[in-house]
Amino acid sequence: MRIALFATCIVDAMYPRTARATVSILERLGHEVVFPPGQACCGQMHVNSGYFAEALPVVANHVKAFDTDDYDVAVAPSGSCVASVKHQHQLVARRCGDGALEARAAVVGARTYELSQLLTDVLGVTDAAGQLGSHFPHKVTYHPSCHGMRLLHLGDRQLNLLATVGGIELVELPEADACCGFGGTFSLKNADVSSAMMEDKAANICGTGAELCTGGDASCLMHIGGGLSRQGSEVGTLHFAEILASTLENPVTAAGNVQLAGARR
Amino acid sequence: MSNTFLGMPTLPVFGRGNLNATEPFPQAAHRELGNAQLRANLGHATHTIRDKRLKVVAELPDWEDMRDAGSAIKNATMAQLPALLEQFEANFTARGGTIHWARDAQEANEIATALIRETGETEVVKVKSMATQEIGLNEYLEGQGISALETDLAELIVQLDHDKPSHILVPAIHKNRSQIREIFLREMEDVDPALGNEPARLAETARRHLRKKFLSAKVAVSGANFGLADTGTLAVVESEGNGRMCLTLPETLITVMGIEKLLPSWSDLEVFMQLLPRSSTGERMNPYTSLWTGTTPGDGPQNVHLVLLDNGRTAALADEMGRTALNCIRCSACMNVCPVYERTGGHAYGSTYPGPIGAILSPLMTGIKSEENNSLPYASSLCGACFDACPVKINIPEILVHLRGEDVDSKRAKAKVPTQTDLLMKGAEWAFSAGSRLNLLEKGLPAGRLAAGRAKVIKKLPGIGGKWTQSRDIPAPPSQSFRQWWAKEHGAPNAAAPGTTGEGTISEGGRP
Repeated sequence: MRIALFATCIVDAMYPRTARATVSILERLGHEVVFPPGQACCGQMHVNSGYFAEALPVVANHVKAFDTDDYDVAVAPSGSCVASVKHQHQLVARRCGDGALEARAAVVGARTYELSQLLTDVLGVTDAAGQLGSHFPHKVTYHPSCHGMRLLHLGDRQLNLLATVGGIELVELPEADACCGFGGTFSLKNADVSSAMMEDKAANICGTGAELCTGGDASCLMHIGGGLSRQGSEVGTLHFAEILASTLENPVTAAGNVQLAGARR
Repeated sequence: MSNTFLGMPTLPVFGRGNLNATEPFPQAAHRELGNAQLRANLGHATHTIRDKRLKVVAELPDWEDMRDAGSAIKNATMAQLPALLEQFEANFTARGGTIHWARDAQEANEIATALIRETGETEVVKVKSMATQEIGLNEYLEGQGISALETDLAELIVQLDHDKPSHILVPAIHKNRSQIREIFLREMEDVDPALGNEPARLAETARRHLRKKFLSAKVAVSGANFGLADTGTLAVVESEGNGRMCLTLPETLITVMGIEKLLPSWSDLEVFMQLLPRSSTGERMNPYTSLWTGTTPGDGPQNVHLVLLDNGRTAALADEMGRTALNCIRCSACMNVCPVYERTGGHAYGSTYPGPIGAILSPLMTGIKSEENNSLPYASSLCGACFDACPVKINIPEILVHLRGEDVDSKRAKAKVPTQTDLLMKGAEWAFSAGSRLNLLEKGLPAGRLAAGRAKVIKKLPGIGGKWTQSRDIPAPPSQSFRQWWAKEHGAPNAAAPGTTGEGTISEGGRP
């Protein structure tokens, strides 16, 4: 299968390791990965902040980059950005009166998948250790990000994949389905409430005794990880794609700024 | 104030009364977050109701179908609201009731006052009602020399404490039982000084206080949960039975109801009497459901009035993207699951309607330009828990985003100097509307890495970014972006080279 990678702006600029891990996983399964070079951002920050006029060119750019027959399916390592591509792009086009863009956005949205969705529903991955060679001998807890959970209805897809990683010890996160408080520009406009939500999430994570918290959205993980780092915690955050990409021969050795104990080179 | 006699009013007529925030939400939230007792009370209470709701909702195999039915019935109601209102009026009047139409809070208050004056009474008992909170009826009556006694236990607590409700269903959710005990000892007459804080003792104290009033009251004021158009029936759904006393014992009953509370048919109650109790109190069945249709000789109030209140509802109905907010049945499930409400409490929202539904309903009713209500649609991380919990499937996150758009547009129209956020959004529009531009910007990543220094974290950002670093570090950026790495690995000139369009197809991007 020819799979187009939508890296998402935050992963492209801040967490390239997550995109490289995504490429690695897909190539291990024997698929060809392509990177549409025109891509930039899903436009969610603009839309969710009410800047529809500014969102339009961003949405149009994404649709232009991905409206091609040159791939079979598109994938992004983010529930939030995929939800935006699937649901928001048509709304923006409609609100701005661009019917042609709305129709093209629907086509692009229909063949864009979040990573765990693609792995589980399309590529039939049920055993990460067996099929991907995933190995990650660490104590890990998992935060399901809101948009993946409530807009894409990912259910336990990410968690089920993680559970089949070799050597992993998964511990349940109390109040896992509570929002971490990121919320895009909410984290700036209502910084106090956002921080209060993050602090509760961080306390729950630390209470599990896990070495790190994983999840499917780099933005939420940056917010949670940034809070843990500020608190001087030794607990880091790491995208689940990097855990799936980690192998016995090539282990991931750091989560954010935290060096993972016992990781072998 | 009134321009009633100057011909047709200018449209839309926005709501007035207790619908406005008095300060921006972030400012109010900052203050409320500092109240540790409030946060502890709220955290405990919302989690308890949340768990109860989840349990009873999970019992029903057709819960999702029921939500669809509730949503469909309400949508159909809104689509034919004028006709249904006239049908309701005809049936209510035929059964001996009197209808009054109120355009806004002021008119509703004036009508209610005149009706009470006609009875010669200066004291009324009240059934818990959001509509009368919204129009500020108690305060208005007080100014007219009429005292209104709240009879719902929680409303009574709030009234005795000279406070404001902070939740639409559990108005005293922000108070714990020790605080309630103190209020009773301070504000009620003849309370045993040895009163403890056991819930049963507190309830008994309130019961004694209220019983005398029920037996002597000649006039009651209520709200209504539903108005049934095909029979002209009103319904009040409550838990304590105090409402039932008010609705049956006095001679005069004055009900204030928003025009959106209608249901087309009596049989629609089948759906809503399943949806409402499970969503609101987490109960399978509601304890006290009172229904009345006009007057019945020798039974209950003989002087029955209904004030039908607009107060901005027509304005909300006119908003194509926002109108489903009027489908709200005031169950409060959205506030009980909201992570923002859980931490700030209801007072931070200013309006009578707090939480996620209030964040859309208040600005829809007052207009987004009204006072501080333009900060309410931003009081959400858009986590979507409210949409999942809503028994009539109001897509609150989508309406929040719609109203943010309305706010940005209205400010854009009048602002001369762009704000920091405007500039950020403009800059991001440029950067995110072509891969080549983002690539150009990403060339600056090593500089950010340098700024992070040896500690590899950024602890302080300037300007609006400082809001981020008030509680969160930023990791040192990578030495190169993903697309730069990809271009090197796969030799894609378009993706890497600055100054090219970068908008080519994948084949242009190339694979080795």
